[in-house]
This record gives sequence, structure tokens and C-alpha cells, in this order.
Amino acid sequence: MTDKERKELQITATRVREGILTATHGAKSGHPGGSLSAADVFTYLYFKEMRIDPADPKKPDRDRFVLSKGHTAPGLYSTLANRGYFPVEDLPTLRHIDSYLQGHPNMNTVPGVDMSTGSLGQGLSAAAGMAKGAKFLGKDVNVYSVLGDGELAEGQIWEATMFAAHYKLDNLCIIVDLNGLQIDGRTVDVMNTAPVDEKFAAFGCDVVTVDGHDFDALEAAFDRFHKNHGGGMPTAILMKTTKGKGVSYMEDQAGWHGKAPNDEEYAQGMAELAAARAKLEEV
Amino acid sequence: MADVKKIATRESYGNALKELGETAKDMVVLDADLAGATKTGVFKKAFPDRHFDCGIAEANMMDVAAGLSTMGLVPFASTFAMFAAGRAYEQVRNTIGYPHLNVKIGATHGGISVGEDGASHQCCEDFALMRTIPGMTVLCPADDVEARQMVKAAYEMKGPVYMRFGRAATPVIHGEDFHFQIGKGEVLAEGGDVAVIATGIMVPEAVEAAKLLAEKGVSAMVINMATIKPLDRDLVVAAAKKCGRVVTVEEHTILGGLGEAVCGVLAEEYPVPVKRIGVNDEFGHSGPAAALLAAMGLDAAGITKTTLAFLGK
Repeated sequence: MTDKERKELQITATRVREGILTATHGAKSGHPGGSLSAADVFTYLYFKEMRIDPADPKKPDRDRFVLSKGHTAPGLYSTLANRGYFPVEDLPTLRHIDSYLQGHPNMNTVPGVDMSTGSLGQGLSAAAGMAKGAKFLGKDVNVYSVLGDGELAEGQIWEATMFAAHYKLDNLCIIVDLNGLQIDGRTVDVMNTAPVDEKFAAFGCDVVTVDGHDFDALEAAFDRFHKNHGGGMPTAILMKTTKGKGVSYMEDQAGWHGKAPNDEEYAQGMAELAAARAKLEEV
Repeated sequence: MADVKKIATRESYGNALKELGETAKDMVVLDADLAGATKTGVFKKAFPDRHFDCGIAEANMMDVAAGLSTMGLVPFASTFAMFAAGRAYEQVRNTIGYPHLNVKIGATHGGISVGEDGASHQCCEDFALMRTIPGMTVLCPADDVEARQMVKAAYEMKGPVYMRFGRAATPVIHGEDFHFQIGKGEVLAEGGDVAVIATGIMVPEAVEAAKLLAEKGVSAMVINMATIKPLDRDLVVAAAKKCGRVVTVEEHTILGGLGEAVCGVLAEEYPVPVKRIGVNDEFGHSGPAAALLAAMGLDAAGITKTTLAFLGK
């Protein structure tokens, strides 16, 4: 990608992070940590990778996205809003009683959401169903699904991966956000899912491990996904990330998995992100 | 009833899928390594490219079905009731029910009549589980004719549907001119002393029970309630008004199924005494289907006996 393109993605990802803070601050609850760790891949998917049209969110032959780790809805919503699916101004209504922005993704109320998720372990199966459906119908549709690393403890993830490999769903891209933390602490301590790469390889995926905050690395990973088309293997992109990325006091802290910033924390976080964005914009 | 034609409704399910598949090109069938038992194998033989075996992974199968439905396909996800409603309950609730997706669940081997396999496979809780999911249509046919029409009706409506079919061969009580309609109960016999509302394979038993009751001087109205949800409230209330006493019969725990659905309507709209006949909050066990049903009072003789006691006769 060009320097300009990279810079634009970085600026957009920063705006997505600002939206995550604004949404969770407005909600006084929600999940900023895992939203921030996946903010770069959300941005890459919706601003570069996926064939979508925000003006026609239900376009039949669009690429699909399933947020299997549905609790990071603030990250998805902020990305969708910044992409033009709905007003960015609506983000602070997240989780409010009269808002369409449900606490976890709702495909029937939120424009751009392709599958209702939230209960961990289920999204990847639905994504595999979409990919199977696209293959069956002879449609050139790619399906992307973002999983959490804690979520890998759900057995259904492996049922779905087995299904995807068995049915040669090379149009399915499994993306794992390896931020190393979950509610109760470090994933390695709560339930060690390592070695994640060997597991996905053993289940029949082409595995690529990348820095999930490096757009060039993400581009290379998605290029590999495209090259896998016709090869009959699903792709598993394992992203090494930092939970809470971009907001200093949230970074690598399990405590920010499911807690909203108070007014003071919000102001500090927004100032940090605004400064980061200004720095990107000035060059 | 030795001279009566008997067909298991799981056979009807397989045959109906195949028949429907001829014209419904958007229909696909999923199974979890039970195609021979659920009879989706009949569809698979005719349309191998539209039958997706998911292996022994029912939770994944239900959510794969959800994903397929968003691509415009109409999936029929099939396995035993125990695994469809039991193991995969939360998948059905959250990824099919909550988004109200157009997935049809064909659950075979419902109830005690599974027989020899025993309690682990005798699902007597599926009506209760499925009817508490908002927007879920819950169906259970009385016989082969109704089962085949039910599959077509499920395909033709938009939204999630749970259908329970039986393992054992049971009497065919309808003629081919019968017309099944989702949400409508069917009065099979008129009577004025008690209304017997039954579902599934208990319907032919209730019809026979009415004959035995008549011999004892009791006039029983018999209703086939193939739609557990949405329940035909008008018919339930009308039956209660006419008879003043209601008996419900189901091959299901008395907790949360047809009986309590009927009780709910009557408690709110027209309270009359109700006797719930079903599995009395216990697990089943191994044995021949007919012997198990008889032991639990879920046959014509048992229904007759319980009804007479309920009426104080």
C-alpha cells in the first residue's frame, strides 16, 4: 500500500478508537479493551478489504462480516458509523433503552451488521454457513469473522473450523484477535489455548500470524487469503495485538475488558487519541 | 388397531423433504450423522448436492443453518429432538430465534416412544424449551398425512419453525384430503363432557380413548393440537366453554408443554379444571415403545383411566 493509503487507514483507525471511547462512555458500560485491540483490523476490513456498499447494506452479493466476539460491538459500530452506515453522532446512544445500538450486534436493528452475535463460540459457525451458502450458490462472496482468543476455549469454534475445512471453504477468513487477555485475567492462566497456530493448522486451515496493528502486515495476510481462493483451505489470520491499544491506561489491562471510562478517563483517552491523530494528519 | 396403516412421522419427514425438494430449489438439508435415522437420507439420495452432513456437531449445525438462511437459502436442520432442542438450545435461541431467521428444524425421535435407547435419547422437554423462544413456531404432527403437509407449510412460512417427529410407526388417521394449517387445531370428535386436547402420536390414542369413554357413558370432544405455538386459543376456550373440563395429552413432560400452554390460556380467559396427561416429571427408561407408553399411562387405556378419575367416575 502507498504511504498515503497507510496514513489514511491509521487516521481512520484512530477515529474508530475515538468512537469506541465515545460509545462506551455514553453507554456507561460495554467492552472497550477488545474493541480497541481489533480496531485496526475492523478498519482494514471495512475501508480496504471488503466489497460492500454502505448505501445498500443488504446488497445480496456483498462480502459478509461476522463478529464472533460480539461483545466488541463498540468497535464494529464505530467502524460502521465511520464508514457511513449510520451517523457517528449516534454512537453515544449505545446500550440506551431507546437506541438501535444494542449491547451486542443485532442484524435487524443496526445497518451493516450481517449476523446477530454475542454468545461466544457461535459466530464462526454462522460465518461458515454463509461461506458454504455462497459456494453452493456459486457466488463470489468472501466471509470474514473476528474471534477472541479467550473465545477459542469454546468447543464450537473447533466444530466450525472442522466444518470449514471439510467443505473446503476457501472463501472463509478466520481472524483471531490474540490480545492475550480475557475477563478473568491472562488467557494463558485462565485457559491456555496455545499453540493456536498449530491448532488451526491441524484443523485444516492455512495459518498466517501477523502484527494486528500493522496495516502492511494485515495487507499481506489478506493477500494470502485471496491467494488461497481455489485452494480449498480456509485461512486463519492470527493477529498479535494489545488489548486497549491506543489508550495508555487501558493497554494490556484485563480490567478494561468490560468497563466504560468515566468522564475524566474519557477526556484523557480522547485527548491521547486526538493527539495521535493530529500527529498523523500533520505529516 | 391392527388393521390400521402405520407410518413413523420421521419417514413422513424424509419423504416430504424429497417431494418438496423437487420444486423448492432454495431448500437445503443439514444433518448431524443421523441421515439414516432422521430419514433425511431420502432427500440426500435424490439431491446429494443439497444435503450437508455436519458430523456429530449439532451446535455448529444450527448456526451453520442460520448462516445459510442469510444467503437466501431455506435450511432444514435435522437431528434427534434431544440434540436439536436440548444440546443446541442456546444456538437455536440466540442465532436462529433472536434474529428470527428462516431456519426449519426437523427434530426426530421425540418423546418416550424412542424406546430401547432409553432416557438419554428420550427428549420430553423440547416443547417447553422451544415454545419459550420468542417468534418460534412449534409443531408436532399426529400422523403421516399431517407431517408431510407440515413440512410444506413450514417451508412456505417465513421465520423459524421447530417440528417434532416420532421414531415409532403410528396410525394414519387423516385422509389425503386433510388440510393442515399452522395455528389451527382440529376437532376430531364432538363431545360435551370433557375436551381431550392431544398432540403428536397421542392423538390417535386420544381418539381411541374417546371410544372407550363413550362405553362408560362419557362424551369426549377430541382435539388434535398439532401447533403447540402459536396455540389456537379460540379453540381451547371454545372447548372449555362447551365441556367444562379439559384433559391434555402429550408425549412430553407435563411441565411447560402443551398442557401448560392450555392451562395458561384457560387461566387467563376461561378457568376450568384441567388434567395434564404426560410424562410426570421423571426420566424414561429402556423398553419397547408401546410398553413404555402404556406404563406411563400414555395410551388409550391410560388416557381413559386418568380421564375417568379426573371426572370422578
